[in-house]
Amino acid sequence: MKIIVAIKQVPERDAQVHIDSTSKWIEEGDMQWALNESDAYALEEALQLKEKHGGEVVVVSAGPERVGSTIREALAKGADRAIHIDCDDLNQRDALGVARLLSEAIGTESPDLTLTGLQSDDLGYGQTGVILAELLGLPHASLILHVEKTDAGLTVKRELEEGWFQTIEMPLPAVLTIQSGGNKLRYATLMGIKKAKSKEIRRVTSQELGSVAPPVVVLERISAPQKQKSTQILGGSPKEAATALVEKLKFEARVL
Amino acid sequence: MSGVCVVMEERNGRIARMSWEALAAGHTLGAQLGLPVNAILPGTQTESMAAEIATKAVAKVVRLEHALLAAYTSDAFALAMEQFIRAEQPAYVVFPHTYQVRDYAPALAARFGQVLIGDVTGIGVGPVFVRQLMQGRLNGEYSHSGNGTCFISVQSGAFRADQADSAAATVEIFTPNIEQAQIRTKPGQPFRGSAQTVDLGLAQFIVSVGRGIKEAENLGIVQELATALGAELAASRPICDNGWLPIERQVGSSGQTVSPKLYLAVGISGAIQHLVGMKGSQCVVAINKDPDAPIFEIADYGIIGDLFEVVPALTEAVKSAKQ
Repeated sequence: MKIIVAIKQVPERDAQVHIDSTSKWIEEGDMQWALNESDAYALEEALQLKEKHGGEVVVVSAGPERVGSTIREALAKGADRAIHIDCDDLNQRDALGVARLLSEAIGTESPDLTLTGLQSDDLGYGQTGVILAELLGLPHASLILHVEKTDAGLTVKRELEEGWFQTIEMPLPAVLTIQSGGNKLRYATLMGIKKAKSKEIRRVTSQELGSVAPPVVVLERISAPQKQKSTQILGGSPKEAATALVEKLKFEARVL
Repeated sequence: MSGVCVVMEERNGRIARMSWEALAAGHTLGAQLGLPVNAILPGTQTESMAAEIATKAVAKVVRLEHALLAAYTSDAFALAMEQFIRAEQPAYVVFPHTYQVRDYAPALAARFGQVLIGDVTGIGVGPVFVRQLMQGRLNGEYSHSGNGTCFISVQSGAFRADQADSAAATVEIFTPNIEQAQIRTKPGQPFRGSAQTVDLGLAQFIVSVGRGIKEAENLGIVQELATALGAELAASRPICDNGWLPIERQVGSSGQTVSPKLYLAVGISGAIQHLVGMKGSQCVVAINKDPDAPIFEIADYGIIGDLFEVVPALTEAVKSAKQ
């Protein structure tokens, strides 16, 4: 089975984010970057399917030069090769624009299965995989926790709201968006990191993949959210703060 | 191009709260732009639900009826909605941001060369659509360009579902052309993951733990605090994903929705998927080392600090207060 996994590099989870001078993006200066969490689960699912059924895992990622480190991490975990779509304006593209880039890059590969994470931890559109399926003319399912290959195609476990799930049968080729938590993530081994150095990373520029359509949906401005409640911050040593909190809960909020 | 079209979602023979909130968002948009608000309800046997929607200040209700819409599939729903939108040409299509909508609305919008503005929390003059970025740390303001239909979905709890009753509007039926062969996926019946033995929805006190706890071995200090308070222990998604606590203790969009008297969030940053499950709590306390964590936006009280120091201190303070 040939599996493509679309992955995204995003700011590291605990990184401080500051709005830049354009008010349209964040300062990238000394930002730490990481593989998007649900994409890590998509990669894990692909690697496990390959281990069971054989085949090839190809990762594809769009973004500037720095994305290379995340691609190498995926290769070190066990992906066979990579496609890097060199693109400096990813944040200005809407979800359709990004899905178009990916579909152009993936199209010539004709994979049996394409996986993406459910949603990126930065812009959080949660649409790329679903639009990608539409552009590739393939069936899809989203919020998938478990994938099983069958004679007819796939049986997948989809998460619904509030603790409910559903099983879906579908043919291949197909596109799935993977929810976090379905598998245990692996770490890259030393051997994996060593092997990754000789694995192929094919670079294509976004220009080579077609002209840029102006975005239909435009991110005009980024701002800090307004507080919905005025939070009383209790300071002092941990002991002082804890004592003050209990007082507040007892005599002010009256919930204890 | 005319009107605002709100897509209502049927769930077990009822219209769920999030669809009424989407209708409220549709009314906000309609009032701002001077546009009529219509409701569309895909499904089968939706007559009584359509009649209920018709009394909620809409210009008309359209029942998008087809036997192949009985069980949700992205293919059937996208096809049916595509045909309706081509016929009706609404200026805006407003959805509730449900798991179902997330599954088909992006593909539907793409068929029109459009992009869904998803998970909207506010609608400003313009219109400008506000949605969260960076896991709730920042807001983004989005505009729609061009003359095509604008697709948006609205976040759970962002708009108040409080339409006053009105005289009943007309109800129409739109029958899309869908063939069984066009549906490529075969959905099974929804099922529950595991026997639910904990109903957090009834709990008066909840101590909830997130990623900040770092290791499963560290859960003990949070359990001790929960015991001292007489509280149920709950968690955000990553804790249950790691198998550190059973999924039935998960609070959030994919877990349980809770509204206790006291919700104490320990090491939880407050991603929106978590907040939608607990923002109905009477009193929210957050303990987090990051002063910019979004959890502080909805907390009544906060302690900024190392939970490994604060939580044991709090357990002691609770114990001595109860003596």
